[in-house]
Amino acid sequence: MKARLMQGNEACAEGAIAAGVRFFAGYPITPSTEIAETMARMLPLCGGKFLQMEDEIASMGAILGASLAGVKSMDATSGPGFSLKQELIGYGAVAEIPCVLVNVQRVGPSTGQPTAPSQGDVMQVRWGTHGDHPIIALSPWSVRETYDATVMAVNYSERFRTPVILLMDEIVGHLRERVELPDSVEIYPRRQPKKTRAEGYQPYEPDEDLVPNIADFGKGYHIHVTGLIHDETGFPVGSPEVTEKSIRRLHEKIARVGEEIIHTYEYCMEDAEYAVVAFGGTARTAYETVRRMREQGKKVGMLRLMTIWPFADAAIKRVAKKVKGIVVAELNYGQIVHEVRRAAEGRCEVALCGKYNMKAFEPEEIEEAVKAMMEGGANK
Amino acid sequence: MSEEIKRSYEKYFREHRLPHLWCPGCGNGIAMKAIVMAIEKHPELNKDNTVIISGIGCSSRASGYMDFDTLHTAHGRALPFATGIKLARPDLKVIVITGDGDCTAIGGNHFIHTCRRNHDLTVILFNNNIYGMTGGQTSPMTPKGKKATTTPYGAIAQPLDPSALAKAAGATFVGRSTAYHVQHLASVIEQGLNNHGFAFVEAIVQCPTSYGRKNKLGSPADMMKWMRDNAVMKAAWDKMSDEEKTGEKFPIGVFLDTRAEEYGDMYSKLIDRIGGKNQ
Amino acid sequence: MKKELRFSGSGGQGVITAAIIYAEAAVDEGKEAVQSQSYGPEARGGASKAEVILSDYKIYHPHITSPDVVLAMTQKAADKYYADLKENGLLIIDEDLVPNAPNFKNIVKIPITKIAAEQVGAALYSNIVALGAVTRLTDFLSFDAVKKAVENRVPKHTIDANVKALQLGWDAAKVW
Repeated sequence: MKARLMQGNEACAEGAIAAGVRFFAGYPITPSTEIAETMARMLPLCGGKFLQMEDEIASMGAILGASLAGVKSMDATSGPGFSLKQELIGYGAVAEIPCVLVNVQRVGPSTGQPTAPSQGDVMQVRWGTHGDHPIIALSPWSVRETYDATVMAVNYSERFRTPVILLMDEIVGHLRERVELPDSVEIYPRRQPKKTRAEGYQPYEPDEDLVPNIADFGKGYHIHVTGLIHDETGFPVGSPEVTEKSIRRLHEKIARVGEEIIHTYEYCMEDAEYAVVAFGGTARTAYETVRRMREQGKKVGMLRLMTIWPFADAAIKRVAKKVKGIVVAELNYGQIVHEVRRAAEGRCEVALCGKYNMKAFEPEEIEEAVKAMMEGGANK
Repeated sequence: MSEEIKRSYEKYFREHRLPHLWCPGCGNGIAMKAIVMAIEKHPELNKDNTVIISGIGCSSRASGYMDFDTLHTAHGRALPFATGIKLARPDLKVIVITGDGDCTAIGGNHFIHTCRRNHDLTVILFNNNIYGMTGGQTSPMTPKGKKATTTPYGAIAQPLDPSALAKAAGATFVGRSTAYHVQHLASVIEQGLNNHGFAFVEAIVQCPTSYGRKNKLGSPADMMKWMRDNAVMKAAWDKMSDEEKTGEKFPIGVFLDTRAEEYGDMYSKLIDRIGGKNQ
Repeated sequence: MKKELRFSGSGGQGVITAAIIYAEAAVDEGKEAVQSQSYGPEARGGASKAEVILSDYKIYHPHITSPDVVLAMTQKAADKYYADLKENGLLIIDEDLVPNAPNFKNIVKIPITKIAAEQVGAALYSNIVALGAVTRLTDFLSFDAVKKAVENRVPKHTIDANVKALQLGWDAAKVW
């Protein structure tokens, strides 16, 4: 396909449509609004529907409803809206409803700095809703990768029947760059029941991959869907055994595939003595830092996390075994650094290069943090 | 007429889920029965093309007993879920069961805007004037002076009238009846099902356990007698002078039955207008 | 080749649109390009800027470190955004709206807004006049590529006026 200049938010919308999303409900919020605007324009042209709801909670409810009725659905928001949607993210997780929720991060807490970049929602994505549930979150670093990650998010949500978070940031969301989009993408189709009612179909009976084949509404299965803990019939039960089993299965259906959905990328890591760990828009700057430091003859590499959750424990462990130290560059007061430190298990030094002043990183800021670690290490 | 034929609506229940969890004497079961009676009378509705969506609260447990595709959503959020389902599958009849707290407190904004957009939904609000599931706290529809655990000295704010709100916000059908007037209630719901737009029906139900006991309203039968004695059919109500509309009297019947373009239909037209692709 | 350009002015002058068109032309010519801007309370009336980076190679860090070219359409923008110019960089200013030109050796003064108002018919074309001047003075992209990008981006009924604005900006840069 011909190269074109495209914005990250537009690429997200186009990726969603390519992946089969035909319903979008949303509420305007900077810096995600272009996603809704693009969907509002495109969806009615390609057999889909767009609805601007009365608030962020309503839009999350609407996409869960549309998805239950068999239409792939997406919603996009930013920090304040993401906070409001938490209860229904949990609903989607426990009722096992496929959907994609985009969070184009901005500076918080609260209204914060609406137009400024941040990566401060990393932990909210993981732990924002109440109770135990797994989550898949992807964080693209370029406009093209935003397209691909959106397709991947839609497919994962269908495959695992769970909400998937596309964790963007303002840097990538508002960036325009040259992209060439593929003519077509691989689509994971909606899972279908493998039994009839007469054969004893149970909507929440897990398939071999632990994911249930829940019938879409309106197919004659007469299923019941609830946010209460339920057994394989879908009806609520007050049993400790069923509760434990349900919560364990929600986690295991994603945990069992392990590395397959954990996408990380290494740059100049072959002989690296120090590594920068970064994700999203920040990784672009970290890449520049690594390039400059390599020019200076410094053995620095980068590990980029595209899958944020589940966390890339194995990749961090691999890097931590090899290097003397890891600098985690993130646009916040320190969030993913705690995960990196945990996964590194003391095998190497781990330091935070955090920033939370409305501005994206400059390459020299990360460079200084790496150099500080190198010098600190030499003193030891 | 044999007993068996009279109870033919029972096929709409998931008998393996019964008995229900409502207290003895609760009016919710009557309202639920009125819904299936109305569905049964509707020539086009069946268990495959009708879905029941509910929120959270006593009323909203009804969905679990009804043998359709059913969705028990989160507190206050039945209408957004229903909106998504209706737009995704316009061919399905979508019925929403909600309560006074679910619909007018936590779900109040959704209520206004779902009326405004005029989605083809039939919404039945089981009004028991209280939060029953959580043990009797006040709701926006607790009458002034009535007690609840969180208004131990009586409610001081005026109650909300969702019928007036629905009308003002753009619903195309508004009606009310009570658990006492069960045939009438079923008939109002049936008329609501026939309205192609946002149809709102308030079903006044008795909560003897929380509301009744707290306010010394007597037995469930006494509470239903109160409905009998105070409900006034709309035609009679309209002829009454303001002086006659005394005490706790209230009108029942169909307050509004009109037509306006339904959201999904308008969206389909929009798709045609811009040369898009209708599903 | 890697070039960094900053388009600055006040919100509403259209500098972001000019930057987007410039980046679109670069992509059309087969170059890598990234474009970003600062949003915010500054979006109307305050100092506003948009950045474009062009390169023959993939661009990672998406923000300008030291611009090759700065366009300043207001005094405030000129004061705020020229300081990190490369030593041999170029500062292009609207000579009427930047009465106190910064003390920078490579400076080009063009009556951008005046040309738009008097020769195209409205000051709102000033961003495209500026784009014409930037295109010629930088010589990174062909006039035709930028013209095509203008035609693709602006509302249909304004194509002629915008192309005229682009040409006038290009011509004014020649005078310098």
